[in-house]
Amino acid sequence: MTSGPSGARTDDLPAALAEIVADFQEMGENERLQLLLEFSQELPALPARLADHPELMEPVPECQSPIFVTVEVGDGAAPAGPAGPTDVVRLFFSAPAEAPTTRGFAGILSQGLDGLPAAELLAVPDDVPDRLGLTRAVSPLRLRGMTGMLMRIKRQVREKTAS
Amino acid sequence: MPVPTDPDVKLAEYAHPERLVTTAWLAEHLGTPGLVVVESDEDVLLYETGHVPGAVKVDWHTELNDQVTRDYLDGEAFARLMSAKGIGRDDTVVIYGDKNNWWAAYALWVFSLFGHEDVRLLDGGRAKWFAEGRPTTTEKPSREATGYPVVERVDAPLRAFKEDVLAHLGKPLVDVRSPQEYTGEKLHMPDYPQEGALRGGHIPGAESVPWARAADEDGTFKARPALEAIYQGEKGLKVTDDVIAYCRIGERSSHTWFVLHHLLGFPTVRNYDGSWTEWGNAVRVPIVQGEAPGEVRA
Repeated sequence: MTSGPSGARTDDLPAALAEIVADFQEMGENERLQLLLEFSQELPALPARLADHPELMEPVPECQSPIFVTVEVGDGAAPAGPAGPTDVVRLFFSAPAEAPTTRGFAGILSQGLDGLPAAELLAVPDDVPDRLGLTRAVSPLRLRGMTGMLMRIKRQVREKTAS
Repeated sequence: MPVPTDPDVKLAEYAHPERLVTTAWLAEHLGTPGLVVVESDEDVLLYETGHVPGAVKVDWHTELNDQVTRDYLDGEAFARLMSAKGIGRDDTVVIYGDKNNWWAAYALWVFSLFGHEDVRLLDGGRAKWFAEGRPTTTEKPSREATGYPVVERVDAPLRAFKEDVLAHLGKPLVDVRSPQEYTGEKLHMPDYPQEGALRGGHIPGAESVPWARAADEDGTFKARPALEAIYQGEKGLKVTDDVIAYCRIGERSSHTWFVLHHLLGFPTVRNYDGSWTEWGNAVRVPIVQGEAPGEVRA
């Protein structure tokens, strides 16, 4: 079993997410906050087709600050009909600049999960937020928001791949 | 020698104008010896994205709370925190934050439990400072550590526990949560998580005055006559009343506590920080659902 220096398991995660968890684990608590800030700054802007249609996005009330998330499964070129487990998932987030912690959580999920096949994304363990070592620096209440985001992403992927 | 107070005319109407400063006053007084600016936010990273020059960050969740017991720091831990932040016992502390100063007001209340004498809020908070295009920086100040004395917390005058609230039933209570939380329809404010309580409703006899009614659109406090019209006029509270305010975990009710105690001059106002996350989970405490305050049963 592979694990980060502080013991959080990473061998059951997709490669990009495993690397992110390991990066967090290698740092001291204050540096982890700084890294979370960097993820918040790197969160991609919404494409125009979503930015102009906020009703297509799902709110995540588990977060203290407003954030919206939506997923797309499969590329536009795929034949019509429900997407399958090998189709690629794209993630889209919208959160205001005044909510950097929430944006940081979204940034981690975006960089760690975007572009994965649906089946691999659905296999991501639900406790990933707890493995970042942020619980003390961020507080458990705030971290709960990230779990809420992951749950909603997985639910949307399940709905869109259901045959 | 304390830093002079803000002579602003709106502030002058309040019972304790020395507890507030305007953004204009703060901009003029940045760097004054004996003045420490503190940012306290809901979002733990917001300070890092930019803050008032020279401001230090104090996080309510991770720094003012004991991390094991549901309680605040003790005197020794508070002294260590203040010393490390470079805050002296005689310093004038001006606190501001996001979300209409909820967490700033909460931090101010915690400072008050330790009897820190000169602690003030920035009227309008972080949003107003930024909206006005005032200077900000991402540079963290390096303040020299102080020798803040160990002063034990004195809870009784400002803080109510569940037992105090039970003994208080029949006297004025102010529920500052959203109307949906008050009636019991929701266990958290709209668009926030449904979490933390097994039962919905309010404490019997509590009047509903959502905290936001005390704030103007720009997040500043309403002028004194408007505040009096709500709390003393509409709700019939008297300055001599013994009042307890509560919300979900005590942050929004700190905002109302500040209004009643410092702006309207009620000498006896306590914040019940256990609030709904305690009351809504406690066994066999009375709860009322619906829009009416409800009766207190003997």
